[in-house]
Amino acid sequence: MFLTNWFQHTAGWPYPVAWTVAQLILIVVYQGVVMVSVAFWILADRKIWAAVQMRRGPNVVGAFGLLQTFADAMKFMFKEPVIPAAANKVIFLLAPIISATLAFSAWAVVPLDNGWVIADINVGVLYLFAISSLGVYGVIMGGWASNSKYGFLSALRSAAQMVSYEVSIGFVIVTVLIFAGSLNLSDIVRAQGPDIRGWYLFSPLAPMLVVMFISSLAETQRPPFDLLEAESELVAGYMVEYSSTPFLLYFLGEYMNIILLCALMSIMFLGGWLPPVAVFPFTAVPGVLWLLLKIMVLFFMVSMVKAFVPRYRYDQLMRLGWKVLLPVSMAWVVVAAGWVVFVRPALAHVFGG
Amino acid sequence: MILQALAFYMFAAILLFSGVVVVTAKNPVYSVLFLILAFFNAAGLFVLLGAEFLAMILVVVYVGAVAVLFLFVVMMLGVDFTELKKGAQGYLLPGLGIGGLLLAELFIAVAYDWHIAPHAQSAAANPPGVTNTAALGHILYTDYVYYFEVAGLILLVAMIGAIVLTLRHRAGVKRQKAWTQISRGPAEAMAMVDAKPGEGVE
Repeated sequence: MFLTNWFQHTAGWPYPVAWTVAQLILIVVYQGVVMVSVAFWILADRKIWAAVQMRRGPNVVGAFGLLQTFADAMKFMFKEPVIPAAANKVIFLLAPIISATLAFSAWAVVPLDNGWVIADINVGVLYLFAISSLGVYGVIMGGWASNSKYGFLSALRSAAQMVSYEVSIGFVIVTVLIFAGSLNLSDIVRAQGPDIRGWYLFSPLAPMLVVMFISSLAETQRPPFDLLEAESELVAGYMVEYSSTPFLLYFLGEYMNIILLCALMSIMFLGGWLPPVAVFPFTAVPGVLWLLLKIMVLFFMVSMVKAFVPRYRYDQLMRLGWKVLLPVSMAWVVVAAGWVVFVRPALAHVFGG
Repeated sequence: MILQALAFYMFAAILLFSGVVVVTAKNPVYSVLFLILAFFNAAGLFVLLGAEFLAMILVVVYVGAVAVLFLFVVMMLGVDFTELKKGAQGYLLPGLGIGGLLLAELFIAVAYDWHIAPHAQSAAANPPGVTNTAALGHILYTDYVYYFEVAGLILLVAMIGAIVLTLRHRAGVKRQKAWTQISRGPAEAMAMVDAKPGEGVE
């Protein structure tokens, strides 16, 4: 808004041009920040993992190893990209690009603070859900195009896994929508105001955060559900044949999806940018820092799971998804609807709104 | 306005192009990928119409679930589609006939002083005062809830039918029973035996 005004009045451009340029600058800066932050999330992941195993983790490049991820990225970029002779070249190169593009475009609707959002669309949650359900194409196209049995088997595994767990994520989202009464992510956060008492973590929806957390691990192929790269069976997953920048794009997309799902969970259950207590010292802190803090807590849990939970077997994974999480989340849709229709008005009547 | 027109022509052109490629592509995997592109652009057209909920659902259901299964089948079967397509030219005439008929009907329907039913006015993509999603929910779950339930029942019957048709019981299959495994206690799993030297345990 500020940029638009500046271009319109100081530079004297017509409104559509000013708006477009301002939005483009905003998008580039936003994605740049997200991409650089991914470097530190990866470092944090490795450090947490190292701490659990009583190692030091990366500590050589930069202070505390802060620049380690940048060094790794540089290394990947300057390597020679190897494309297998039998691969389908177009799809082979298209797949990681799709993966990374989708991971970036999902961030467009994530509200960092009240009004700090690129596209404040009415169906924000559905958009996120749609984008994350497209993520499976990056995987399956990459696995198929590399023309390798390992890569293809792994792509099939992960595609089946992602499709299965998306169903329960969908139902979890439905329960939150029923409570918030809106599909707009900002409205969902506002519905959880003003402080910690309003967060859906402290409502009958609490079990859904657990379901969502487990499903997110499966959706992003994190351990204990990283069956696509079960090294003992499948070498290194659907990206076996990838090297250099295409591999980097996959890697980047994977981590961005993890952080995105952490952000989504913070927004849906932990009140997004809202402070835990709505009194002075807490309300003075910018909302984006509260959101960041919540994402950090969730990301820490994701990392810890990677550090100490053993890998599931494939049939156990499918059993958990279809026979445990799906019925629970479906039942909770009924519970949530019943709560909103019958219990909430009664409570409002008793406590006077 | 001009941006909208440009967006419409872009979506429509890509949609038509990918539709043609779906039919003509030699490699069936390309066909499915272009089908996905077609779905995606159709979703773009929905967004232009203001039917944002339908757009997202189109992507979630068709692109995110149905087309993945298509892709699975096409990639795994490895059917020689060029062999299958050999007789395809023979279908050209009937196909053109049906297509032409549909086109003519569309022309008649749109050109013949066509009114949107006054009752359907409230079902427009963006009725004043409510969002598209809320309007759709109102139509489906409040105004026409019985029809909606009947549609759901029909789908349920179809689903059960598919399961019954493919279900077969096999004797002697060993399955993991997670609950019995978890609920097993030390009392059933272990036996404490006092073995005397030189005798061993029975």
